[in-house]
Amino acid sequence: MIAFVLRRLVQSVAVMLTVALIAFALFRFVGDPINNMVGQDTSQADRALLRQQLGLNDPFFVQFGRFVANASRGRFGISYQYARPVGEIIAERLPATLELSVTAALLALLIGVPMGVYTGLHPNSALSRLFLALSLVGVSLPTFLIGILLILVFSVILGWFPSFGRGEVVSLGWWSTGLLTISGIKALVLPAITLQLFQMTLIMRLVRAEMLEVLRTDYIKFARARGLPDRVVNFGHALKNTLVPVITITGLQLGSIIAFAIITETVFQWPGMGFLIVQAINFADIPVMAAYLVLVAFFFVVINLVVDLLYYVVDPRLRLERDAAAHG
Amino acid sequence: MAEPLPNRRPLLEVEHLRIEIPTRRGVLAAIDDVSFSIGEGEVLGLVGESGAGKSITGSAIIGLLEPPSHVAGGRIVFGGYRIDNRSPGEMRRIRGKEIGAIFQDPLTSLNPLYTVGQQLAETVRVHLGLDRGAARRRAIALLQEVGIPAAAERVDHYPHQFSGGMRQRVVIALALAANPRLVIADEPTTALDVSIQAQIIALLKRLTREHAMAVLLVTHDMGVIAETADRVAVMYAGRIAEIGPVHEVVKNPQHPYTAGLMGAIPAIGARRDRLLQIDGAMPRLAAMPGGCPFHPRCPEVFAPCRSARPELKPAGRSEAACWLHDRATAGAVHG
Amino acid sequence: MRRHMAEQTADRPLLRRLGDSDLFWSFRRSPVTIGAGAVTALLVLGALLAPLLAPHNPYDLASLNLLDARNPPAWQEGGSWDFPLGTDGQGRDVLSAILYGMRLSLFVGAGAVLLALVVGVGLGLLAGYAGGWVDVIVMRIADVQLSFPAILVALFVDGVARSLLPRDQQDNIALPVVILAIASSIWVQFARTVRGSTLVERHKEYVQAARIIGVRPMRIALGHVLPNAMGPVLVIATINLALAIITEATLSFLGIGIPLTQPSLGTLIRLGRDFLLSGEWWILLFPAAALASLALAVNLLGDWLRDALNPKLR
Repeated sequence: MIAFVLRRLVQSVAVMLTVALIAFALFRFVGDPINNMVGQDTSQADRALLRQQLGLNDPFFVQFGRFVANASRGRFGISYQYARPVGEIIAERLPATLELSVTAALLALLIGVPMGVYTGLHPNSALSRLFLALSLVGVSLPTFLIGILLILVFSVILGWFPSFGRGEVVSLGWWSTGLLTISGIKALVLPAITLQLFQMTLIMRLVRAEMLEVLRTDYIKFARARGLPDRVVNFGHALKNTLVPVITITGLQLGSIIAFAIITETVFQWPGMGFLIVQAINFADIPVMAAYLVLVAFFFVVINLVVDLLYYVVDPRLRLERDAAAHG
Repeated sequence: MAEPLPNRRPLLEVEHLRIEIPTRRGVLAAIDDVSFSIGEGEVLGLVGESGAGKSITGSAIIGLLEPPSHVAGGRIVFGGYRIDNRSPGEMRRIRGKEIGAIFQDPLTSLNPLYTVGQQLAETVRVHLGLDRGAARRRAIALLQEVGIPAAAERVDHYPHQFSGGMRQRVVIALALAANPRLVIADEPTTALDVSIQAQIIALLKRLTREHAMAVLLVTHDMGVIAETADRVAVMYAGRIAEIGPVHEVVKNPQHPYTAGLMGAIPAIGARRDRLLQIDGAMPRLAAMPGGCPFHPRCPEVFAPCRSARPELKPAGRSEAACWLHDRATAGAVHG
Repeated sequence: MRRHMAEQTADRPLLRRLGDSDLFWSFRRSPVTIGAGAVTALLVLGALLAPLLAPHNPYDLASLNLLDARNPPAWQEGGSWDFPLGTDGQGRDVLSAILYGMRLSLFVGAGAVLLALVVGVGLGLLAGYAGGWVDVIVMRIADVQLSFPAILVALFVDGVARSLLPRDQQDNIALPVVILAIASSIWVQFARTVRGSTLVERHKEYVQAARIIGVRPMRIALGHVLPNAMGPVLVIATINLALAIITEATLSFLGIGIPLTQPSLGTLIRLGRDFLLSGEWWILLFPAAALASLALAVNLLGDWLRDALNPKLR
């Protein structure tokens, strides 16, 4: 068990370092940091001095080491666009993105899993067909289009929810939350629904497919042959076996909510990190792009690690085999 | 190994059973007019090649036919009551308690996420209404009964921690947990090592004797039948070709197909230069020949075989569905 | 059974064979799939024939007249049949813009998939055939890339490419940059599949025999291994076509895809969004409907294809 965890940790660190390398290369070699920081009047001599002061003449690995050390402390330099430390800007925007993402993830799970179970148990019912048809729409249409259509219907035509922004926010220390005000919650509704739709349909289809597969196995057949009631067979056996692979795949999927947040935040002009990165790309704001890359990679690596460990905890076959291999 | 008493009603009676499967290419008959009976405590072997219809017969009896397969004709009578037309709820109460089943692959028959004890206790509680403590004790007792050593410890082990033979013992324990009167054993030894097979067969024999349980032993392995069964039914292309006491069918096969099967088994001690082989293959459901389904491969084929289906008629001490034993009707059919 | 059928049908013309095949049978059986196929065919046709069908040329800046701007669709007050679906803020005909935009979307999508296919299949063949550290490197990159969603990869490549180019050049090079960005997010699937097939084929006897005879590796790879790997490759290509179209639309919507001078459907939607609140809904709705129809139809076709070719479901 320990060996497994250690190995995965080493892998994670390796991936992070690779990403950091790419980010650093981006940061250092795309465009000229000096040119972006000073005006056009600055003399060559001054530029050379600045270059020396900032350590831009040091050997590659020294600079890289410095980058990594700074990055791990959340220091990514100064944004070209806002002329403020990138770390600060990200810290401001992070709560918005996290609140939106977590809400969307919860919604996707709470809606997707039961729908998947239902369509798996009753594959031919009218309701199942409806769910599947809707899921097809959810999977086919691009997220931004869904967001825009929701705005069209619920904001412009019906006027129930705002079409942009976060509403009123309350500051709790350095965190700002929109969950404590009515307008904040209202502003959260449409973006959260938009963001979770794709994941929700994926989860639903996955649970359904897995459920159908499990219901065809020999052990389910044997459970029925033993006269166990439907409720026990469907929920005690089938559901449990369905959820084991689903948990892990879902965990990985939820990481991609962070990617789709970029789009959703842009559609709704939600002041989060996603919106930030789009503006940064438009502006060629390299420090922000590099920081975002590292941050996102970090999220994914952590999620992958947690999911791997979760699999280990949940499936007894893996546990005992590993222990046997360790002792045997 | 006594013959069932003539006055006592058999435990299971299958009468003219027909199972159909609607497919894209039309309706196929997986089994067509199959009749047999099993007495209390009797072991009936159901033998035949893959695809002959043995497994689906077992599934039909226990009420686990997979849609769209369905019973399209005939009836199944258990303990004097008809069971092929029961509601799912009623069938569920019969399964496990009255009729049990064992399937071929012990690894896939057990849920990998629950311990053996949990699965046993669950079955026992559903049918016998015991509380947790009593259920666990019964689970341990069942494991001991099927010959699993250190049962009190192993009851908390997961299926993958058992070897193949041990797993099949667990499966048998599960099937027997509520003391059913009839057990359908579908290829119980096929997935096991040869050395383990003998142990499992011995276990089955002992248990059936001790619990006075009837068994429908479905297999393609004639050796297992010869060792374990009282009577045997030979299936071919969805129909019964021959049925009778085991030693009769083996020593004096009355149907040419059975004769071919017996001839294909090498006997220790007997000198033979080549194993007998029946030319051709069993017809597919979608391409069933007219008349007797075996006639294209039969060495004794004659006029009526091609056009009319033979019924099961007495032949020697068994019954066989062959025109050779029905000369009277055969004459009438073909003049 | 399949070989038996093949022997029987080898002499019959290809069209009849296709018509009798399992694939076509399952197509005919599902009215939804037929509908999807019809819609896709219609849209693709409309897109390809855009220069002939469109009443105006939306790219010709000289022909735009601000007086025509913000016209509603023809059936509403203030509209005219000159501009059947209305005009946008610059006087561009919405219908023409949609037709040309769809053409562009399809072009970019197909181009990206093609590029990804060529690169992915090539790298996959190389990795599978050469083995060793080439294999390890390619697969490591693939693994790392696969742990991120495609849209992120496309975004990243697009962003970096833009940063590398001077500002004023960006609009001109947008098209190849977008194709490159999307292709870079898709190539991995091709590479993985082909590598797998190559590994399997490599160990088969006919390949070893060819090597012993002295046939050059390139010939073995292209002539023998590749044809066997093509089946799954085609499925991946079809399924990813929808993904590519959507990715392009997303990038354009975010403002980092196809620019406004030659708008694709995504760009049009971005444009239309600004006019939504001021009441000129047609500038948004029609391009959105067009994109939605295209995406749905292609996805349905892809779903059907994947199910029809899945051996497990037969």
